[in-house]
Amino acid sequence: MKILLLSLLLISSIFANTFELDAQKLVHSSTKEKIKIIKELSETYANDKRLILLFNAILNSKLFYKKSDETLVFLLKKDENNYHTKTVFSSQVLPVMDKSGYKKVRSNNRLRSVIRNKLSEITLFSQDKELRLKAAHNIMEHLDEDSLELINKALFKEKDSDVKAILQECGLIVMAKYSQGKAQEDAIIALSDSLSQISIQALEGIKQGDNEKLALLAKKSIGHINDGRTFYSYVEKAFFGLSLGSILLLAALGLSITFGVMKVINMAHGELIMLGAYTTFTIQQIFPSMIEYSLLLAIPAAFIVSAIVGVLIERFVIRHLYSRPLETLLATFGISLILQQIVRSVYSPLNQVVKTPEWMSGALEINSALSLTYSRLYIIIFAIVIFLSVLFILKKTSLGLKVRAVTQNRQMAQAMGIKTGLIDAITFGLGSGLAGVAGVALSQLTNVGPNLGQAYIVDSFMVVVFGGVGNLWGTFIGAMTIGELNKFLEPSVGAILTKVLVLVMIILFIQKKPRGLFPQKGRDAQD
Amino acid sequence: MKTTFVKKLSIAALLAASLSAQAAETIKVGVLHSLSGTMAISETTLKDTVLMMIEEQNKKGGLLGKKLEPVVVDPASNWPLFAEKMRTLLTKDKVDVTFGCWTSVSRKSVLPVVEELNGLLFYPVQYEGEESSYNVFYTGASPNQQAIPAVDYLMEESEVKRWVLAGTDYVYPRTTNKILKAYLMSKGVAESDIMVNYTPFGQSDWQSIVADIKKFGSAGKKTAVVSTINGDANVPFYKELGNQGISAEDIPVVAFSVGEEELAGIDTKPLVGHLAAWNYFQSAESDVNEGFIKEWKAYTKNPKRVTNDPMEATYIGFNMWVKAVTKAGTTDSDKVIDAMVGIKTPNLTGGTAEMLPNHHLTKPVLIGEIQDDGQFEIVSQTKEVDGDAWSDFLPGSKDLISNWKAPLKCGNYNTKTKKCLGDTK
Repeated sequence: MKILLLSLLLISSIFANTFELDAQKLVHSSTKEKIKIIKELSETYANDKRLILLFNAILNSKLFYKKSDETLVFLLKKDENNYHTKTVFSSQVLPVMDKSGYKKVRSNNRLRSVIRNKLSEITLFSQDKELRLKAAHNIMEHLDEDSLELINKALFKEKDSDVKAILQECGLIVMAKYSQGKAQEDAIIALSDSLSQISIQALEGIKQGDNEKLALLAKKSIGHINDGRTFYSYVEKAFFGLSLGSILLLAALGLSITFGVMKVINMAHGELIMLGAYTTFTIQQIFPSMIEYSLLLAIPAAFIVSAIVGVLIERFVIRHLYSRPLETLLATFGISLILQQIVRSVYSPLNQVVKTPEWMSGALEINSALSLTYSRLYIIIFAIVIFLSVLFILKKTSLGLKVRAVTQNRQMAQAMGIKTGLIDAITFGLGSGLAGVAGVALSQLTNVGPNLGQAYIVDSFMVVVFGGVGNLWGTFIGAMTIGELNKFLEPSVGAILTKVLVLVMIILFIQKKPRGLFPQKGRDAQD
Repeated sequence: MKTTFVKKLSIAALLAASLSAQAAETIKVGVLHSLSGTMAISETTLKDTVLMMIEEQNKKGGLLGKKLEPVVVDPASNWPLFAEKMRTLLTKDKVDVTFGCWTSVSRKSVLPVVEELNGLLFYPVQYEGEESSYNVFYTGASPNQQAIPAVDYLMEESEVKRWVLAGTDYVYPRTTNKILKAYLMSKGVAESDIMVNYTPFGQSDWQSIVADIKKFGSAGKKTAVVSTINGDANVPFYKELGNQGISAEDIPVVAFSVGEEELAGIDTKPLVGHLAAWNYFQSAESDVNEGFIKEWKAYTKNPKRVTNDPMEATYIGFNMWVKAVTKAGTTDSDKVIDAMVGIKTPNLTGGTAEMLPNHHLTKPVLIGEIQDDGQFEIVSQTKEVDGDAWSDFLPGSKDLISNWKAPLKCGNYNTKTKKCLGDTK
């Protein structure tokens, strides 16, 4: 008994040693050699838990070795110039050491993709649904004749319907490609319900084969898949259009109040958007551990910052220039330059890094032909919520009533006892604050730099003029129309020509209907 | 009124006199980089590099027994202003050499002035080639030192079969993509396997273009994107790639305009694993490089400042000019230009840069993968490659060569017709 135990111990220690020795080869080897080593490792030590740790470390560039004795280590944490590490095989935490004492085990895309494939064969049986889903996707891209066994084994255990669907499709593809007779025909026919490009490729291969009957079946299935894909590609385009439209809407909403309702041409509107984006950045700097919630905090903060700046502009500059549009235009243009320069001096002229929270990254996968990115999805919802609340404020509250009264007939409103000066300031503050809120959304999509605002000012004016000055619904419809138009034109004529065409269309439209889509009616609209 | 005018005049005359008196004792080095406007982000770094090199040279006792004196002007990212400022530098300040320009359009605008006044310009940025001037030294990469080796790398290492050539719509991407397309087709890539896409400056909505790339890339053949997308448009581009679930392993992007400086302003999470091709990376391991980085951090008093490829090109250019002036014993343009060819100085990646007769350099080509800390992991490094002024892959320039050494002395000599097409010197 003792001898048996001893020999077992011996075997296991030999076993451990060889894994260590084999892994050690990773230290000095080219990419090609590393790929070979990885394949060998995953075959020989498939059941060793340390393999997953090792592979994941390479994927996340956490695998290093000590220059002095070439021990492989995991990087745990790095601060300034020091690395905190622990050894791969004895899990012994090493004393903190200067980073020059370590060297990274180099990897590149090709190596990582090999590792990911090998890993997915293991993670296909993991507890985590997300991991299994990823693994199934990965396997789908590298199918061969031998995959069927693995797929069936996984299908047998799988409970989740999403993962199951992918695995079933994998199975069908392998059957369609490699099986014979009735089973193959059935698989080809069944594949017509799939939507993925990989199924199309598999079927294309069969279509070009010698078997005429199969080729015919494959052709039919491909046709069916393509019909489905075309439908979803239109849905996708519509979504892209909505998303661009909602960004335009956010950027233009503040302007539709200051320009549309108050008739003030505010060239600094773009810079108020930029201030909103910088507020987001500042909040992330102040609370570096709360990136996930930073956007929720930034929305009210950006509104307040931009609103205050807006009120200051209104009180000190615009107020003195009411009814002199040209001077307002020039003065606010000057303000926009001042604001840009202030930001440049305070934050540096370089772009700033605004981090994306986890819940904003990635995509919602509806099926293999359509996935919607979360960031865009949230921004569309956000834009609509903001739009509805502005609509509510202007139409249903007493503040909105006063705003409309003042803008329609100032003297009369004054005679009724409304403090027009105060209302002006509040309205302008509201419009400016909305610009700040737009900045929070934009910080997730584009560069946060001093020139951020300039990119959106022209588009914003375009939306407001196109939709009809002074009409919020006009702004909404205008923004969405321009967004959809852009996205449906872009694939066929290219990004540059699209911009030109959209601009030309709007100019022609304004020629025909100078007051935009939804002109204001009534006596007030005459001036 | 009249008296004040006279006064002003006399003060100006006095000033000019004092300036010219000083000029006799120093060698003037013009610095023509935008310090304001859109290009300021990139170009101010190069201004600081030149100033640092000058300071260092002066500490070593100057050049030909004289001190070097920088003359810094700001062309403000305004292309015609570049030509104006160049003229002032050459006629009023009488500089002996100028380091400057970034965009191709600024170089093209300066070119006639430098040639007319027989000045000396060092241009430190990678460019589209198809040019060779007697008065200009191109210390950045030509397409065969950046674009083509990058494509070769992808073809061999990642076995890429399908190509997306995406760029911003201006001269550098257009010419580079024309060369690349011709090159790929000469390698047997079918036209249907190449997708070319141009976008305006500062493009921020990449949804449908990335969706197109995704579709193009899912045809069963390994696909890569060769990106000549400029500056600011890169961040939303990479973000969209990440959001639509395209990783560097699926469709790698190799960029020619994304370096350490650009990455410093980006959340690098979505970029990790994507590639860039340059002739220098800060992560290059050599003693000269370590020294240079240390010095740069000390000079800018910022321990987080990064170095990049155009800085190395400026470094090489400056050192070569110093050597050439020492060799010629004068700062006279013609003599220095003649002395420049054949000069060798160490580059920062541990090799040697040599100035060729076509006024281009020998440079190694490095491919780097972007890491999460904003640095590059070098995955491939070639031997020094000779810079080629005229691409061998374009029908119009395939027979042209440039050689500014006697007896040819010609920037665009046609080897078939044995004729020089442009000016000779």
